[in-house]
Amino acid sequence: MMRLIRTSCTTLVLAALVIPMASADPGSRIWATGGVTTIEGSAGGGLVPWAMLSGYASDREWGGTLALTRAELDDFTVSFTGVTLNWRNRLEVSVGRQTLDLDTLGAALGEDELSQDIFGVKTRLWGDVLYHRYGQWSAGLQHKRNRTFTIPDAVGARDDSGTDVYLSGSKLFFAAVLDRNLLANITVRGTKANQGGLLGFGGDQDDGYEAQFESSLGVFIDRRWLAGVEYRQKPDNLGFAREDDWWDLFIAWVPDRSLAVTAAWVNLGDIAGLENQQGAYLSLQGSF
Amino acid sequence: MTPERFMNAIRFTLLLLVLGGLTACQHPHTPDHRDADLYQALGERAGIETMVENLLYLIVEDERIAFQFKGIDVAHFHRQLSDQICELSGGPCLYTGRKMRESHSAMAITETQFNALTENLILAMEQNRIPTGAQNRLLALLAPLHQDIRGL
Repeated sequence: MMRLIRTSCTTLVLAALVIPMASADPGSRIWATGGVTTIEGSAGGGLVPWAMLSGYASDREWGGTLALTRAELDDFTVSFTGVTLNWRNRLEVSVGRQTLDLDTLGAALGEDELSQDIFGVKTRLWGDVLYHRYGQWSAGLQHKRNRTFTIPDAVGARDDSGTDVYLSGSKLFFAAVLDRNLLANITVRGTKANQGGLLGFGGDQDDGYEAQFESSLGVFIDRRWLAGVEYRQKPDNLGFAREDDWWDLFIAWVPDRSLAVTAAWVNLGDIAGLENQQGAYLSLQGSF
Repeated sequence: MTPERFMNAIRFTLLLLVLGGLTACQHPHTPDHRDADLYQALGERAGIETMVENLLYLIVEDERIAFQFKGIDVAHFHRQLSDQICELSGGPCLYTGRKMRESHSAMAITETQFNALTENLILAMEQNRIPTGAQNRLLALLAPLHQDIRGL
């Protein structure tokens, strides 16, 4: 917990540097409609990408985001640092680095962390999350490259890189629950990734693409506060340990277009044989 | 499928059902007393007129859209928009202006401009201390106008 607080302080300092830069003109889309940054860099919630593109660029604008995220689980720490660009609310490009610190296993395995770089693109195919009856639909790719492959290789992963393909739909229902706006998202992802790719791609049990469903549901308490739940199915390709689905409960504070702070309780299930990994999640996003 | 994964699939299906159910329940209320409540919450005719006035001040200072309103008859525009919101919210008014698609057809309104107007409307409602729920209900009634206003 102390570490989370220290991380929070570090990120706040970084945010203090980012925000003045970001505050210029982050774009014209309505507050919070860029979502926040997922642990894979695409705009969305924390674990699940949404159909909205990052930041606030509308059809005549450029924009983007910077994000820092950390989740302290029982035996691991997940962190992510990433940047996105949004061109005219049509194309989102993201680059980021994701790390899993092996807090408990590190000494035994002789490695401190698992890490990967993630390059993402997402395009808005059709519609609008606020104004269209059938919401907004987007398609995306996430190309992931392991930076260290010794451990994934040892546990049976087939590849040190992989590409996820996904289709997302998002819609805001105005005044849907006690006159509060409800944001619903659904994503179907084709993936070979083990633990999101941190344990490589494909495995001894299964080396093919599998379709996985992901979803999230959030309620805007007012235009600055969004609280909700996310769920993400995952494949189970490696024989050495079972892989579980992920879920979280989140609350995001979006005081204005330049800043978003997300706190969550995440449950990533069993990871590498260590059971029921859960903990606190904190993410900061600046938009420009 | 292991029991845990089976349970996860069940949980996911439940989430989907909730999502689907909420989608299906989107238009359960016909424009009756619920919308008349909205008219009250907006402060009736006087409240709506003040809100539209606030909106006009915000528009004039917004370089993204101010030019689209140059040369309009402000009093006429104010009355018509007030009529429209009054009628939409269940108040005793009648909007007699042109259809949205027709009145905006020559303006080539971009998404950026549409978003700017939405933002200013929300700020105008906040200035008028309209409760969040009433703001959302009015936005629910106005959002479907997007396609016509943008000429899509």
